[in-house]
Amino acid sequence: MRFLGLTYLGAILAFLYLPIAIMMLMAFNQSPLYELPFTFDLVWFKALAGNERLLTAGWNSVWIALVSSAIATSIGTVAALGLARNEFTGKRFLQLMLFPPITIPWLIIGTAMLIFFFWTGVGRGLHAILLGHVALSLPYVIVVVGARLATHGPELEEAAASLGARPAQAFFRVTVPLLAPGIVAAGMFAFAVSFDQFIISYFLAAPGTSTLPVEIFTAIRKGFTPEINAISSIVIIISMSLVLVVSRFYRFGGER
Amino acid sequence: MPGAEKHLRVTFLVAPAYLWLALTVFLPLAVMLFFSFLTAVPVGGREATLTLQHYVSFFTKKIYWYNALRSLELAAYVTLACVVLGYPVAVILTRMITGRAREAIFLMIILPFWTNALVRTFSWTMVLRGPFDIIFTYPAIVIGLVHAYLPYAVLTIYVSLQAIDERLIEAARALGASKRQAFMRVMLPLSLPGVLAGVFLIFIPVTGSFMEPRILGGKDAIMLGPIIESQFTATFNWPLGAALSFMMLAIILLMLALGYPLLQRHMER
Repeated sequence: MRFLGLTYLGAILAFLYLPIAIMMLMAFNQSPLYELPFTFDLVWFKALAGNERLLTAGWNSVWIALVSSAIATSIGTVAALGLARNEFTGKRFLQLMLFPPITIPWLIIGTAMLIFFFWTGVGRGLHAILLGHVALSLPYVIVVVGARLATHGPELEEAAASLGARPAQAFFRVTVPLLAPGIVAAGMFAFAVSFDQFIISYFLAAPGTSTLPVEIFTAIRKGFTPEINAISSIVIIISMSLVLVVSRFYRFGGER
Repeated sequence: MPGAEKHLRVTFLVAPAYLWLALTVFLPLAVMLFFSFLTAVPVGGREATLTLQHYVSFFTKKIYWYNALRSLELAAYVTLACVVLGYPVAVILTRMITGRAREAIFLMIILPFWTNALVRTFSWTMVLRGPFDIIFTYPAIVIGLVHAYLPYAVLTIYVSLQAIDERLIEAARALGASKRQAFMRVMLPLSLPGVLAGVFLIFIPVTGSFMEPRILGGKDAIMLGPIIESQFTATFNWPLGAALSFMMLAIILLMLALGYPLLQRHMER
């Protein structure tokens, strides 16, 4: 029974990782038509180094993920504090409002943003993508930081205040250090959400300038080369390393 | 702290985040709803009048309602496959593996789900064109989507299985239940909230998927998601695309409304 179970688990893990492994392997294969036998070569990474279009898109993806996660983490953390440390009418409503952006399919949100930004004159382009990515990350940040806040009550801040700390002192020297693991995890979460986002970026990208996933999609539809495997492998490795780092900061349950 | 001052402080804290959400998610959805009742996009001095024609088209033109049903059918297949494949994984994780090994395998299962969905879908084109050669077929779409959403099923079922008190199963066994009976009468019913949560988390995004069908499906890719996408990127009939988006949202809300009492009933037990 145990043997059967472990075999099944192995098969599922193989199913999850096999396509990714094959894609990475093909990035190092010499043949432009994905033909075997496998001949190790870095030709596709060299080609990638000269591909201005993909590199620019890659750089756009990185800075948009950095800026959007910085914005989402700061205003999201502040909102989580407002929600967690106060009781007020409408609090339940505000908490419920976090779910539509997470649950409504991105196709619908993306097309709505396209229509709205176009109609109001905000237009398409990297700035529109940035606006959209912050919105997508915000609910995650508020939920993750909120979960961390729920693990300890306001007693420590109150103790600091009764010992003479000003509100700002209590905030920066008690609340922030306590929240730090949650904030770091939320920030990396937000980075991952933005860095991997395709659908919203696809609708909001202006012709010619876009993020990496959009460029990859365009390239796939035009008929792809192992260059795409090379850049895709790099993208996968970045995301996976990021999640491994997050998992050291944050267990998906709130406590460390 | 006086009430008014506290109110001001809370407003100050939550306003930036919620204003951002209002201006980039909720207001756009409201505007899109309005556009779905217009004959044209009112930009650049174009005449636009109110109409129901796009919603009428959805019900009268076969291409729309039929492909909406195809999207639901796809979502049903993918959800079923994820639950059937994922349930044993969750059981094995909770009952056969412990400690650090469990943590490591759990992480390995959710890791791909945090990587780029587009790139993962692309990676299947290598496998499916090779020895099996089923690329650009309906099964290819199902395989790609199951690969993308299986971790959701494992995650939600695992969480509910972990919450089950081990002693309940031991009690059933001590009272003479066979392993099968203990599973069917104790473990399975207690884990249903997790299964249902997984069903929702998978069914909704798969109904709205367009990228996976586009990359893996070839001519089998014609479903509601890709049809909506093409209204915005190819044929530029935005009001029709908006109406179709809202029909999709309505279908999803209907599914949620039908499923919610079921979920609630199992939560209360």
